[in-house]
Amino acid sequence: MSHAWRPLFVVIGLLAVVFIGRAVFVPSDFSAKNGDYKYQWHREGNEDDWKNFKVKYKGGKEYCGECHDDEFTWISASKHANVQCENCHGPALGHPEEGPEKLAIDRSRDLCLRCHAKLPYRPTTYNELPSGPIRLAMQDPDEHNTDVECVECHDVHKADFKE
Amino acid sequence: MMSTRQISRNKGGDGVKQSRRDILKLGAITIAGAVIPLSAFELLTPEALASTKKHGAGKRWGFVVNATKCVGCGMCVKACKTENEVPFDVNVSRTWVERYVQLKDGEVIIDSPKEARNGFIKNDPQGRQVKEEDIAKGFFVPKLCNQCEKPSCVQVCPVGATYRTEDGVVLVDRTWCIGCAYCVQNCPYGARFIHPDPKVNVAEKCTFCYHRITKGLNSACSDACAFGARKIGDINDPESEVHKLITNNRVMVLKPEYGNEPMVFYIGLDHIVR
Ligand code: HEC
Ligand code: HEC
Ligand code: HEC
Ligand code: HEC
Repeated sequence: MSHAWRPLFVVIGLLAVVFIGRAVFVPSDFSAKNGDYKYQWHREGNEDDWKNFKVKYKGGKEYCGECHDDEFTWISASKHANVQCENCHGPALGHPEEGPEKLAIDRSRDLCLRCHAKLPYRPTTYNELPSGPIRLAMQDPDEHNTDVECVECHDVHKADFKE
Repeated sequence: MMSTRQISRNKGGDGVKQSRRDILKLGAITIAGAVIPLSAFELLTPEALASTKKHGAGKRWGFVVNATKCVGCGMCVKACKTENEVPFDVNVSRTWVERYVQLKDGEVIIDSPKEARNGFIKNDPQGRQVKEEDIAKGFFVPKLCNQCEKPSCVQVCPVGATYRTEDGVVLVDRTWCIGCAYCVQNCPYGARFIHPDPKVNVAEKCTFCYHRITKGLNSACSDACAFGARKIGDINDPESEVHKLITNNRVMVLKPEYGNEPMVFYIGLDHIVR
């Protein structure tokens, strides 16, 4: 056979290597959904990978209320009704059975100040309670009972004072 | 005699005479016409139209941020980092809150210390002492991935590791990503980063909490917000809260000039927001 054909065999050989390599390494569910190669070209199994990511926040005080009836009842009737328990106590994944038997309790002033520190550019009204708009209660941390934890005087679950 | 400023097409005849000026004019018009891209003739869709139009056939996840309600407590950032296993003490985050303070002399101070994971508890923009009487205005702007209709981050991925799902969420395939960070560079919103955990170490971004929204839950950040500043839902569903918010309010998107068509809509943005 003429030597002129040899480059052709090289090309065919290379193509074969590429296609075999592709078949081995590229997952079979790689595809372009809706024919959209620009934005939807992906391994479809990855959608399930993300769907199966572990949920950590229960995302609702109703769950906590099943066991912590007092805190649930108080807070639901208070100005903290929209503040999720897990904001302050952390995610309840596995609580109380296999995860943290007790959730963390943060008594620091910094926790309260995230929402209550007086900043000149914070909105001044709070609109999220069914009872209607109220003033957002802010305190200057350098003036309001410094060096004492807020929860020494305030009952956080009632958004009021301790008895 | 022909003036030096004139040339004739038809030497000696009585044909059309054209001045050099005419030719230059024509040329200029032709060139000007040629450089206008076709896209310039598309009708400019006003933002309002873009937001209320239907996106795709089925579900389309969208987000509404009401910046006027945000107090900068950063509970959203805390919840996001914990929920999505982004190391809490490393200065990267899928969502963050920016503080904008404009002084009366016009200067704008922008910061987001530690992505606001510990909230804003002091009046210290960029660590500076700012007198209350010097402040013209200020506010907080929560940010997250815009889950764009035309995500420029996806376009540049050399291996097909990032994509937009049919319901409009841009995800990263961690097993396929090579960590080249082209997407990090190409996001106009700075919403991507490389995951700091050496076990992951690939491109990372907000997923709208895909694992939660596909189970009927809210994203961790919107659950954590006690101020109603963050809402997530199906913008194609006329009954959804986000759809109503978008249709009943004047909404904006960030950096519309990039043409990414974000699916995160803002209420109460100011022109100083970048
Ligand atoms: C199935 C019942 C159950 C549910 C639901 C539950 N807890 Fe608990 N929780 C317990 C038990 C049991 C303890 C440990 C005993 C104790 O100290 O009361 C505990 C302890 C705690 C503690 C520590 C109390 C202390 O004295 O140190 C906190 C805080 C807490 N839970 C918060 C929550 C929050 C927030 C939720 C909802 C996200 C929640 N729990 C849901 C049963 C529950
Ligand atoms: C704004 C933050 C915040 C929220 C929201 C919050 N807690 Fe607490 N919680 C605290 C703090 C702070 C303490 C410690 C109180 C103290 O020492 O007075 C505490 C204490 C507790 C305790 C221990 C009580 C005890 O007597 O030892 C339980 C149980 C608890 N919280 C459950 C809940 C549940 C359930 C919810 C939601 C219904 C909730 N918390 C919402 C901040 C919060
Ligand atoms: C996630 C934000 C958030 C956190 C954290 C938070 N609060 Fe509040 N708090 C609110 C909101 C919202 C209101 C209702 C609006 C208002 O009255 O300011 C409120 C109301 C209150 C009120 C009632 C004010 C009034 O005018 O009657 C008190 C007291 C209070 N909080 C104390 C605390 C204390 C103490 C802590 C810390 C343990 C705390 N809060 C943490 C958001 C928060
Ligand atoms: C030594 C007790 C004490 C401590 C500690 C304390 N407070 Fe108070 N707080 C009060 C009293 C008394 C009032 C009512 C009078 C006033 O406004 O000063 C009050 C009022 C408030 C109000 C309502 C103000 C309004 O405008 O209606 C808020 C909110 C509040 N405190 C938050 C906090 C926060 C946040 C902390 C911690 C950083 C804190 N408090 C620490 C005693 C205390």
